[in-house]
Amino acid sequence: MKKLKGIRLKHRKNTENSATVEFPLPKKVRIPMSMNMGAACQPIVKVGDEVRVGQKIGDTDVPFSVPVHSGVSGKVTAVTDYRTDMGAVCKAVEIETDGQQTVSDEVKPPVVTDRDSFLKAVRESGACGLGGAGFPTHIKLNPKNPIDTLIINGAECEPYITADYREMIECPEDIIGGINMIKERLGIKNAKLAIEANKPQAIKNFEEMAKNDDTIDIVTLPSVYPQGAEKIIIYNSTGVVVKEGELPADGGVIVINISTVAFLYRYMQTGMPLVKRRITVDGNAVGEPKNVSTVIGTPFREILEFCKTDMDAMIKLIGGGPMMGMSIPDVEMPVVKTSNALLAIKSYDVSKTTSCIRCGRCVRVCPMELVPADIDRAYRIRNIDELKKLNVLLCMNCGSCTFVCPANRKLAETNQLAKALIPRK
Amino acid sequence: MNKLIVSPSPHDENYVKTHTIMLQVIMALMPALGVAIYIFGPRVLPLTAVCVGSCIFFEYVCRKLMKRDNTIGDMSAVVTGVILAMNLPVTLPYWMAVIGSFVAIVIVKQLFGGIGQNFANPAITARIVLMVSFPSAMTNWVAPFWYRTADAVSCATPIGLSGTTDEARLIDLFHGKCGGCLGETCALALLLGGLYLAARKIISLAAPLSFIGSLFLLSALCNDSFYYGLYEILAGGVFLGAFFMATDYATTPITQKGKIVFGLGCGIITFIIRHFGSYPEGVSFSILLMNVLTPYIEELTRNKPFGAKEVQKNEG
Repeated sequence: MKKLKGIRLKHRKNTENSATVEFPLPKKVRIPMSMNMGAACQPIVKVGDEVRVGQKIGDTDVPFSVPVHSGVSGKVTAVTDYRTDMGAVCKAVEIETDGQQTVSDEVKPPVVTDRDSFLKAVRESGACGLGGAGFPTHIKLNPKNPIDTLIINGAECEPYITADYREMIECPEDIIGGINMIKERLGIKNAKLAIEANKPQAIKNFEEMAKNDDTIDIVTLPSVYPQGAEKIIIYNSTGVVVKEGELPADGGVIVINISTVAFLYRYMQTGMPLVKRRITVDGNAVGEPKNVSTVIGTPFREILEFCKTDMDAMIKLIGGGPMMGMSIPDVEMPVVKTSNALLAIKSYDVSKTTSCIRCGRCVRVCPMELVPADIDRAYRIRNIDELKKLNVLLCMNCGSCTFVCPANRKLAETNQLAKALIPRK
Repeated sequence: MNKLIVSPSPHDENYVKTHTIMLQVIMALMPALGVAIYIFGPRVLPLTAVCVGSCIFFEYVCRKLMKRDNTIGDMSAVVTGVILAMNLPVTLPYWMAVIGSFVAIVIVKQLFGGIGQNFANPAITARIVLMVSFPSAMTNWVAPFWYRTADAVSCATPIGLSGTTDEARLIDLFHGKCGGCLGETCALALLLGGLYLAARKIISLAAPLSFIGSLFLLSALCNDSFYYGLYEILAGGVFLGAFFMATDYATTPITQKGKIVFGLGCGIITFIIRHFGSYPEGVSFSILLMNVLTPYIEELTRNKPFGAKEVQKNEG
């Protein structure tokens, strides 16, 4: 089997041994109606309404979407326009908390009898991929092709982030329970729980737990970024190559994030939808790096202050990991379903981009075997035929090329711009 | 509170920059330069200084005239200067060295767009231009340690004396005790520098190994002598060319496969020129010729992306 390329990063998992801390209930939350891939929801509450914990506050008829629930009890004070970190505009519901955390009557374990009712319950749970991309889970679990392997993504390959790792350490039963539940409901025979080698404790625990179950296989991934990328994790755990333009399901596999699996298991037991999540707070401007569990809609500023962040020194705020996370323009933005990490950084190299010296470092690291230097050149002259020939559409924006570039060229960014030039069929 | 910087991912980076790469190359050339001073005397220093100084000067003036960003900070002009000096005989008049720098920096590098854009290796091209312009000055080889005797003793470059294959002579060649350009004689020092660069992952050993390997095999097989093969790779500029010029970033293929093809081509052309041509030395020409072929090699040795579909011939 071919060894895929990648880069070795400093892991910086400073928070791996910090147990999740419960974040005190904020006075006010702002819950955006678009927090994941797919259509934005419409608010179904209005100003002045009383809401309770677990109550649905936004939904839409579009199937490729996920409903939104409130994680607090209190009063809706405003429904405003909100710009997400992706740049899209949607509505956001602002709720003033009453501190009671009264649970809504809607919260009760769903009745699941077959595949359809299971998928319906998954949608109602508000679940989306918790690893960062936020793909609607009920769509992912409803593939057109028969699936023989379920891959559970426990790679967490980005530096700093330990949110999934803490899930593995704190709730391993939920993970195994969730895996068995999905396997049973969808009729999948095998599951592979893939964990990067830098989490030996988690690997050991799961090997122990699954030792009498030969349908769950624990895979140790090499500690090379980006192991958590879908195509890479599929190849490294099953050997299946997902071709350009195909879905993992075409190769008979589905990849699902480990925290999502654990959440689904808990939802089926309790009926409490996705209103809370664990978030790793770290970065060199953070005084006390922590894993905090907080309700969705909590302003980033409060979390940063809770973790003793040097707000004056901070010059960059990243939602997600340093390699693929999004820049956050405003500290008042709220925690969303896909927020797995919040990194406050006080040093950022803004040195100028210089000419490509054709050192080939980008070629040496690209896991997809692309030639970013040539894509960069073809993009600058807008040569679309050449860009197609260079297979730029395969780029998954892992950022390895930009990371290693000595001329400070923003190669990963260029790849995304180049992709946009290629007309869609 | 500061305004937050918003930029696309990744937000982290490693700290290898163009100038740090160039500094590593300069460091790797230091053993060879030191040995050159030991063997060919103190004139090595001012000659190298003239090359480096004029390269920086031409780079600066060129960028200024073309109203482009100043690039002397990336240290690439210094590298070109040192490598050019390595390619000159120690007796060369300083003004000729300045002409060499002019060719390297102005004609070969800046007129084609500066760093990373040149299609031929600046130092190699400058050496060839000087060689055809001033053949006698460029082949005025002196014996090792000539500076310790009263007057200069000219001597033949080992490549002109081909055929000597005894072991003592080969060890001398390996240590650099022979006539030649100032940086090319000591294979040991060049090897050290090359291995250092490879260990720091600045260069890949694909091109040097296939270059030296193919030349060795061809020479040894052609003369049916192991020693002859060793002699061919130790004499002349093979190590300098293989480790420091066949690994130049801009003028050699970017993929590993391409680098191997490049090295093989250099080895074969050097062998052909040395054996069938009228020039005794073929390293510079082989590298220049392969530089010209580099775009085609790149076209033919492209990586197959992971999961790419087979290209449909009649598409668009």
